[in-house]
Amino acid sequence: MQTHTFDVIIVGAGGAGMRAALESSTRARTAVLTKLYPTRSHTGAAQGGMCAALANVEEDNWEWHTFDTVKGGDYLVDQDAAEIMCREAIDAVLDLEKMGLPFNRTPEGRIDQRRFGGHTRNHGEAAVRRSCYAADRTGHMILQTLYQNCIKEGVEFFNEFYVLDLLLNEESGEPVAAGVVAYELATGEIHLFQAKSIVFATGGYGKVWKTTSNAHTLTGDGMGIVWRKGLPLEDMEFYQFHPTGLAGLGVLLTEGARGEGGILRNASGERFMERYAPTIKDLAPRDMVARAMVQEVREGRGAGPNKDYVYLDLTHLPAEQVETKLPDITEFARTYLGVDPITELVPVFPTAHYAMGGVPTNVETEVLRDNEHVVPGLYAAGEVACVSVHGANRLGTNSLLDINVFGRRAGIAAAEYANSVEHVDLPGDPQGATIALVERLRSGTGSERVAAIRKDMQDTMDMNAQVYRTEATLKQALGDVQELKRRFANVSIQDKGTRYNTDLIEAIELGFLLDLAEVTVVSALERKESRGGHAREDYPNRDDVNFMRHTMAYKSTDISGEEYVRLDYKPVVTTRYEPMERKY
Amino acid sequence: MAAVVEETVVPETEVPVATDVTFRIRRFLPDVDEDAHWEDYTVALFPTDRVLTALEKIKGELDGTLSFRRSCGHGICGSDAMRINGRNRLACKTLVKDLDIKKPITVEPIKGLPVEKDMIVDMEPFFAAYRQVLPFLIPEGHEPTRERLQSAEDRARFDDTTKCILCAACTTSCPVYWTDGQYFGPAAMVAAHRFIFDSRDSGFEQRLEVLNDKEGVWRCRTTFNCTDACPRGIQVTKAIQEVKRALIFRRV
Repeated sequence: MQTHTFDVIIVGAGGAGMRAALESSTRARTAVLTKLYPTRSHTGAAQGGMCAALANVEEDNWEWHTFDTVKGGDYLVDQDAAEIMCREAIDAVLDLEKMGLPFNRTPEGRIDQRRFGGHTRNHGEAAVRRSCYAADRTGHMILQTLYQNCIKEGVEFFNEFYVLDLLLNEESGEPVAAGVVAYELATGEIHLFQAKSIVFATGGYGKVWKTTSNAHTLTGDGMGIVWRKGLPLEDMEFYQFHPTGLAGLGVLLTEGARGEGGILRNASGERFMERYAPTIKDLAPRDMVARAMVQEVREGRGAGPNKDYVYLDLTHLPAEQVETKLPDITEFARTYLGVDPITELVPVFPTAHYAMGGVPTNVETEVLRDNEHVVPGLYAAGEVACVSVHGANRLGTNSLLDINVFGRRAGIAAAEYANSVEHVDLPGDPQGATIALVERLRSGTGSERVAAIRKDMQDTMDMNAQVYRTEATLKQALGDVQELKRRFANVSIQDKGTRYNTDLIEAIELGFLLDLAEVTVVSALERKESRGGHAREDYPNRDDVNFMRHTMAYKSTDISGEEYVRLDYKPVVTTRYEPMERKY
Repeated sequence: MAAVVEETVVPETEVPVATDVTFRIRRFLPDVDEDAHWEDYTVALFPTDRVLTALEKIKGELDGTLSFRRSCGHGICGSDAMRINGRNRLACKTLVKDLDIKKPITVEPIKGLPVEKDMIVDMEPFFAAYRQVLPFLIPEGHEPTRERLQSAEDRARFDDTTKCILCAACTTSCPVYWTDGQYFGPAAMVAAHRFIFDSRDSGFEQRLEVLNDKEGVWRCRTTFNCTDACPRGIQVTKAIQEVKRALIFRRV
């Protein structure tokens, strides 16, 4: 076992992690631990853009952006956080340009901007051009640009180091961050990293569902580690299903396609979004569009042999516009469905996409251990975190914005904190739990296979905890997941080796996924209202009297020693905007 | 405004049938094997399944020791470049229907990088070459308060090489890279091109020193393997030629 000492440890090398590293590494001795090579991170799959009220092509301002974010999040957004994000968005985009990001340009040579779902002029009057983009590869360009700048700044990476545990110690009876434990994929060795500050930037957990736009590796590791430490997870019932996944596959087709003029049609060719969102139609927020699509299919207006999807229509757009502004999604449709979007309608259906919830933080990205107190030295940013700038439903492009604004804040805060304190002692037997976890899986002799349990989890979550939920479906999902957790205790892997043991990694990942599936379902069961991405058919209305509050879930143990998910609540921060009915 | 769908082609979907497909995979488990060897696995697949789907099925159902890298699953992250039927491709972007399934489909690690385990190679030499060409913007003069201006034409000049996902399919298809051991390889050249032809960049002289080295750009023998291998459709050989020309004429 090796021990390393740094001022700041950043876990994860996607957009948030690398944006944090760029700030932190110039201020304090920093290392980035990542289970993937940095350029493999799923930030690279984001397509449509990053919103900021640059007003390069039409009038706009950050207050309108803030309003849209709050309304888009169905008023569960913490408004102070949204205001910070939308105000700092402008510099966040300009910073990326200065780092070299190749944005598309206007005829005047400025950063070009296009329309995106839920982003409007003057509090909902009409769609506004706010998304700064690079074709449909904006996330790719952000990831590459950040990595390139990390090379320029000499950021220290530990590639293919999978962090499995967070080390906390106590100071005056309160938990403080002390380090992390990582498993080196190449060797199977356990490494201890002692640090004054730790930033979690580990991304989401979309692989809980079968149909997802998420990478195989998005298994909620960071959320899972924090959860197992007894720290809370916030608003886990709010998970976004992106409307336009390639039907049957879940591969993402950007909302930018509709920003460029694309239209959703049902089997008879009707532009059905006119009925659901008369003002901004196909550019309504994702939760509304996803529900409309499911509704069309349920009412028999779905297309295809099984009438189980709708169409994205780009055929009326000039071929040149599609080829140059949307080249990647055009290729995805051609490659994976054999459909040419220039001349044919593309089959689409909602796909599990983004966690609005996650590790609760304040606007300084400090992780909360309850409604009021932070864990000194522990930070989180990006999809793993819940600030909460996305509330009950994230607007398109606000994730790329989130990682840049709060990634930067995390890097600065973590480094400044590290420079103001001494190292905290590691707790006793710091690597014990990790070694036990690894050895239990490696030496398991049970009859259960990882792939089989994972498939069953994904099937039940797709069936019972997707766009629409009811008490009955959620109870079904909960029972299934709890049974799968029992089966998981009996899992065995075939690869007993030490080097690049991906069989073992997948087993560990599945453990995190099962924990998060359970938290998601329990949180969803108790939220007896419909708000944003959480649509309860048995409680179809938003209930501000009882549920205008964040869910805080804690891993707890009852008197008989049985683990369970305990729920508590946290007030929503409201500054400027009183909740209104959400119409578009 | 009701749409007219009749004018557009509505895709006809046939009911797909799963067929047994055999994969002949180059295996090497460092904890167990002294040498690499071939093993055959047969799994039922639909024509639209990806080779990655097949590998996932083999790993999940038949042999958990099979090891490969993968992440996004749709050709964006660059994790799963491998030799499929002798050609460098991404497993997640290669569909069964595009392969001849009458004989076993061969799957091997990419060539020219040390094999660590099955399809997993040591990527460090590849990224080391990338880092050497200074793959970041080197601007000149005062930082503007707003964005730097760039015309759409200037932006288009280097668009092709911004698409690179660092999968190494090009570099590990290059015969010079296989035999030389020192050559930067095509992917590093693509990165150099991306910055040399960016109107905002002023690092030409610094990069020139690196690229003009005997192991630099001049080792390219224009065999076009790299262009054929690129899963992003980048005109890699053309980009290398443009870098060479820029070095000869000392200007972009």
